[in-house]
Amino acid sequence: MFDQLTARGCAAFGMLLLILLALPMFADSYLVSVVTLVLWFAYVGQAWNVMMGFAGQLSLGHSLYVGLGAYASAALFVHFGIGPWAGLWLGMLLATLAGAVIGVLGFRFAIRGVHFALLTIAFAEFTRIAFDHIGWLGGSGGFFLPVGDAAGSSPFDLRGSPALFYYVILALTLGALVLCRRLLHSRIGYFWLAIREDQEAAQAVGIDVFRAKLAAVLISAAMTSLGGVFYAFFYNNLFPEQIFSVSRSIELILAPVIGGIGTLFGPIFGAFILTPLAELVTWAIESAGLNMPGIKQIFYGLALVLIVVYRPDGVWPWVARYLKLVRQSGDRP
Amino acid sequence: MTPLLQVENLSKQFRGLRAVSNVSFTVPEGDIIALIGPNGAGKTTMFNLIAGVIRPDEGEVRLSGRRLTGLRPDQVCAAGVGRTFQLVKPFGDLSVEDNILVGALHRRPRIADARQHAVQILDLLELGPKRYQIARSLTLPERKRLEVARALATEPRILLLDEVMAGLRPTETDRLVELLRDLNQRTNMTILLIEHVMRAVMALSDRVIVLDYGIRISEGTPREVVNDPRVIEVYLGSVEGSTAP
Repeated sequence: MFDQLTARGCAAFGMLLLILLALPMFADSYLVSVVTLVLWFAYVGQAWNVMMGFAGQLSLGHSLYVGLGAYASAALFVHFGIGPWAGLWLGMLLATLAGAVIGVLGFRFAIRGVHFALLTIAFAEFTRIAFDHIGWLGGSGGFFLPVGDAAGSSPFDLRGSPALFYYVILALTLGALVLCRRLLHSRIGYFWLAIREDQEAAQAVGIDVFRAKLAAVLISAAMTSLGGVFYAFFYNNLFPEQIFSVSRSIELILAPVIGGIGTLFGPIFGAFILTPLAELVTWAIESAGLNMPGIKQIFYGLALVLIVVYRPDGVWPWVARYLKLVRQSGDRP
Repeated sequence: MTPLLQVENLSKQFRGLRAVSNVSFTVPEGDIIALIGPNGAGKTTMFNLIAGVIRPDEGEVRLSGRRLTGLRPDQVCAAGVGRTFQLVKPFGDLSVEDNILVGALHRRPRIADARQHAVQILDLLELGPKRYQIARSLTLPERKRLEVARALATEPRILLLDEVMAGLRPTETDRLVELLRDLNQRTNMTILLIEHVMRAVMALSDRVIVLDYGIRISEGTPREVVNDPRVIEVYLGSVEGSTAP
């Protein structure tokens, strides 16, 4: 199914998959939680990539969809005892609605490029401010999910061991990979690529660019909101200042940007490079006895600068070519 | 019988500049019509008016009697108008085949079906050897042919070609002329082309329409037009020998 991969690429992917599947059996809980975080960024990065990498629409406000998914499912759980597997539908619905508003506004009024990105930031920002004032959801003081024995450990309520969360996010990440692969090789996928490359030419070959771009936003928003649902039940606490913040939106896009925008494996590859390195930097600074808050952000900034300067297409296409994991352009598929 | 394309009293102003001024003409089905004129005569504006990129101030465009004016470019394409761009617009990061595939997907929603159609057009425009290359790596003459191929893949009833010969060597021009004439004869494809290269205009077109400052100043067979004193004065007389027949 991954027709771009060479035999060697398929073997590498299969190996990685086996290691990931077996990980909780041999790794300690710290490593499991780090890889959980890696996969979370891979998943949400994959979701963002649908909009930016496929359809070429830059969103710098994806924290909006994470936040809506998180708060919707958490609110249903805390206030009504409805588990996340049911609650995620509300999260997806709200995120898609928000995406529809942004998409219709932006695309109907032909807001493009940087200005569209600003629009996405604006929506995330005023949602953050609004949530600061919703007392029913804890306001700026935060919203907390019950933890510990009282909460039980039912997979149906997504309450349980780190391994449970690990397998859930692994399934989500693989699911997103398969979905994106299918989208990319579908009619709408080709339309997205055409729009990304040249909107005017896309329109001239009969593509309804408004509808195609809106579809990208809706799918991306719905996928991202699932990441939010996971986030809520994994961390058990939600603060508007954190979950809706612009810096969160930036953090979400680093994995695909570093891995390779518009590629299927870029977001996953980027997350596997970035998150462990960031953890390592934080750990090194702490164990050196230094107190440097914000060191992670500085590290992210540095990583971004290096990528933009040396590998603007991302690390994955370069590594994959170098290790002959994918077929070269010009080769017969 | 109504002609395939009817342009009626079309006018468009840009901030006081009359780019197209009350122009009318018709394109009968199966004909090849050339639109010529000096730079700034309003030829590309005319194409953009037909293709729905810009809306006219007055007048309208009809395809087989159906009004195109007011439709979006994608709707104009759906109605049966395929176009190329003067400054070529390939989907740079996609392969040559996928570029054409995107065009073919318009009327053939199934990928396999569209790809099969794309491959036929690929061969028709002699792009077969470049099939899996990314479009950005093509030379200019290849890009021009890709532009035609992609428009053709949408299975239009009329093809609008905006200076597809510009920048080609004479042998390449002759080859493309031959290709287009062949296409016209075999499939009865109607073609409206903007062209500066008189060699191509003379060889291809059934009739020629001459624009100057947005006004239609002459129309006729290629031979009639190049002998028209008005045309010689505003167009051929003022341009270097390279564009003369």
